[in-house]
Amino acid sequence: MNNLQSLSFFYPELILTGVIILAIIYDLLIDKSNSGKVGWVLITGLVAVAGAIWMQETRATTLFTDAIVLDPFSTFFKLIVILATILVSIVSLESGELDKYRKGEYFSLLGIVVFGLFLMVSAVDLIMVYLSIEIVSIMSFVLAGYLKQNTRSNEAALKYVVYGAFSSGIMLFGLSYIYGLTGSTNYFQIQQSLASMGPESHTAMLMALIMVLAGFGYKISAVPFHFWTPDVYEGAPTTITAYLSVAPKAGAFAMMIRFFNQVLADGGAMGGLNSSSLATLPWADILSILAVITITLGNVVAIQQENIKRMLAYSSVAHAGYMLLAMPVMSGDSVYAIMIYLVMYLFMNLGAFFVVITIKNKTGGETFDDYKGLGWEMPLIGIVMTVFMVSLTGLPPTAGFIGKFYIFAALIKGGNSFYWLVLVGGINSVISLYYYFRVVKVMFFEGKKSETILQPPKIMAGMLIVTAVPTLVLGIYWVPIADWVQSSLVFFIQTL
Amino acid sequence: MEHILSWLIWLPIIGMVAIAFIPREKEDVIKITAAATTGLQFLLTLVLWKNFDSGSGAMQFMERAEWIPSFNIAYILGVDGLSLPMVILTGLLCFLGIFVSWNINKAVKGYFALFLLLDTGIMGVFLSMDFFLFYIFWEVMLLPMYFLIGIWGGPQREYAAIKFFLYTLFGSVLLLVGILGLYFSCGKTFDILELMQVAPQALGDVMWWGMSAIKVIWVLLFIGFAIKVPVFPFHTWLPLAHVEAPTAISVLLAGILLKLGVYGILRVNYGLMPDGVYWFSGALAFLGLINVIWGGLCALAQTDLKKLVAYSSVNHMGYALIGMAAVIAASEANGLNLKAAQAGLGGAVFQMFNHGTISAMLFILVGVIYDRAHHRDIAGFGGLAAQMPIYAGITALAFFAGLGLPGLSGFISEAMCFIGAFPVYRGIVIASTIGILLNAAYFLWAFQRIFFGELNEKYTNLPEINRLELFTVVPLLIITLFFGIYPAPYLDVISSTMNVIIDHVVTLATFASM
Repeated sequence: MNNLQSLSFFYPELILTGVIILAIIYDLLIDKSNSGKVGWVLITGLVAVAGAIWMQETRATTLFTDAIVLDPFSTFFKLIVILATILVSIVSLESGELDKYRKGEYFSLLGIVVFGLFLMVSAVDLIMVYLSIEIVSIMSFVLAGYLKQNTRSNEAALKYVVYGAFSSGIMLFGLSYIYGLTGSTNYFQIQQSLASMGPESHTAMLMALIMVLAGFGYKISAVPFHFWTPDVYEGAPTTITAYLSVAPKAGAFAMMIRFFNQVLADGGAMGGLNSSSLATLPWADILSILAVITITLGNVVAIQQENIKRMLAYSSVAHAGYMLLAMPVMSGDSVYAIMIYLVMYLFMNLGAFFVVITIKNKTGGETFDDYKGLGWEMPLIGIVMTVFMVSLTGLPPTAGFIGKFYIFAALIKGGNSFYWLVLVGGINSVISLYYYFRVVKVMFFEGKKSETILQPPKIMAGMLIVTAVPTLVLGIYWVPIADWVQSSLVFFIQTL
Repeated sequence: MEHILSWLIWLPIIGMVAIAFIPREKEDVIKITAAATTGLQFLLTLVLWKNFDSGSGAMQFMERAEWIPSFNIAYILGVDGLSLPMVILTGLLCFLGIFVSWNINKAVKGYFALFLLLDTGIMGVFLSMDFFLFYIFWEVMLLPMYFLIGIWGGPQREYAAIKFFLYTLFGSVLLLVGILGLYFSCGKTFDILELMQVAPQALGDVMWWGMSAIKVIWVLLFIGFAIKVPVFPFHTWLPLAHVEAPTAISVLLAGILLKLGVYGILRVNYGLMPDGVYWFSGALAFLGLINVIWGGLCALAQTDLKKLVAYSSVNHMGYALIGMAAVIAASEANGLNLKAAQAGLGGAVFQMFNHGTISAMLFILVGVIYDRAHHRDIAGFGGLAAQMPIYAGITALAFFAGLGLPGLSGFISEAMCFIGAFPVYRGIVIASTIGILLNAAYFLWAFQRIFFGELNEKYTNLPEINRLELFTVVPLLIITLFFGIYPAPYLDVISSTMNVIIDHVVTLATFASM
């Protein structure tokens, strides 16, 4: 579809652009003390965008001369990103860390990240892949360093920039290889020419793949491209940490699934690895190994952390690993499992970070020591944090278990060669129990048992309940989510 | 009557929600609510027993509802002769457990709420006939247990709580892998009754890692359950958890939670993989022997009374394992000795119940003395028989029951296990008699050190066991005495189901590719 025709299918993004511009202009007109109001502009705008996406005709088509696609798969991820952004924006209004600064730009930048993520989840062209990654990354660099007077925040932004530039450089190099080997930047054409590619080019293609993986791995913080994660997560404003751990990760997974599925597997038919003509390239093995290292390292290093934010950073590395586990299967079930996992992960991980924000607002601390006796002092926080930790560990009856259950099911169904991944995943859940429950232990078993009960501020309490209730309920009844994911599991497929 | 099983499971949750709304200062109201809930639940289990048709070995009071159709997960409940005694035991011990916990004064509201959640988890495992549901309940038990040990436990409680959690979660993960393996190999269903029919054939020629899937899945599930039993070498969490847990929780842990492992093996491993039973029964009997001897030796070496009782559990569960292994006596290769299989399996299931009542009693009695003396060091007592005659008498009976004195229920079930296993595992049965000897030795020696000899000066004012404590022990004592003299009511309830299980194992084994 040409550019002009495409615009009529692009209106959610156009509305979003309007909202961003409105937010910037509005911010210019109001006083610093009121700058939080820009957040409400963004939130209302995002609700409108979500409405527009929801009402959009669910058809699969390419837009802008095959640069991006519009299909139920991308729609699903767009809604996930909007949900995460709205939740984080509401909490950002309450976050004490940001109070010293003007919040207007913060929300405008957040809006731009959303726009970048929209492109990320729908890109089917290498140029667009690179551009969307950069849009998201550059905005994230600024957001990570938003606490201008805080040296750790500055350090976080700088590290993020350096690592970001490095990995996207490598990725770009890899992309150029792919272009050189296939003569195209379009996924469908690349798939076509790869299918007829002779074995003499396999080594070059493998190199290209590994380099592209560096870019993806950086975005989802997979080991060994994760080194920025703990420092950035620790230094950035906690709201941004929460956001980075969910939304860009979801976007990157969408992009990765699309890339491996449409370029290296069977072009979106999702018949599993065996039906793929490109199984000669060992990309599935590479992904398996990457996943195993990511989970294991994330979990083992998380054990040693003293700072809860840092612990959650490593935990988010491990969770990326769980999702990666299902990637090599590349069947309908495995993509389905990753999508379910992302929904569950969104609630539990955001919830855990919201607790960190609440405690930071109250005591200013974020180490294990600051959580001593918290369960008795603030029972609401104690209980919801326990729910999040149980869910992150993956114990029933919580959402986290359902996510893991689907991942493991997809692996077992995938066949003999994936069983070992299930065992690795399972044993890692046992390891993760240790550090997640350390939080619970500190909250309930240590410190003085306080006699007076404190309640968190109303909005924070509300947001905690908004994340904790789905974490519990989706662990018991997840049919609506399963149906939604099932209906979203449609890729745009182009046969050339 | 129609939804009696659902009521059994969800009643404690209703009680828990009710407790959540009671202000935390009103401790008495909380305790009474908990007692009323579990009391009602116990009554319901008795109603269930009364209406249970013991002539039928089939699943009764079945309930079925859709849950997650896209994954073929359903809400299926049912009860048969294998689970009914355990359900009644759960009802009884949870009810008594509330009174054992009556003197808890730290965070009363949280304690009783978690206690009731644990109750739901246990009931759910025994009654679920859908594998997914079974697994959910299996895991739901862990969290309250972690808190109950970790907050209300002894000095080393934090370590004990996390160790218990890590061990059992490790088992659960293997269980989950096994469950998923069964699901995908056997026509995508979690329905245990359906799997029992389908799995023996369907698994026959499935290979995992070049081995027969039956063997792999059997081992995965077995380890998952064995950690709960606990079978040597997976038992090391148990003494610690038992010692650190508050009395009522030790009672539930020993009385019911350990039985979940045996129940799981009988329900799932035996029901779904009859071929595996033949393959593994020798190892099972041998592990039973190790449990008997190792548990006995460890118990003999303990100076802490509670630890001694904890190791006695390891010892006693060994008898059940040996009895279970005897089921293969009914096969053609072993001379169709149906009587031996019935004795062995029946003995194992009876042993589950008897150990439930006896160990519960022992832990309550340990709690009684600990509340008074504030220590459990066996050598630190002496001469208490004169000071606390009633307590001494009851403890004597409990210890005798534990060591399997004829006339008390423990003797009958242990004897049945041995009689059943003797034709097939002669050597193991003979060797395990050493365990009986050890068993008698550690109980009698402990009794002697605590109750006879000089009275320790410190304890001249030690008060006698009080009425509340008597109320918790005496019912268990009566059951032990009654079944010791007249076990027929129990054996009637289970016998039809035992025959079904034996028949299932014997006829459905295919011996394909094993």
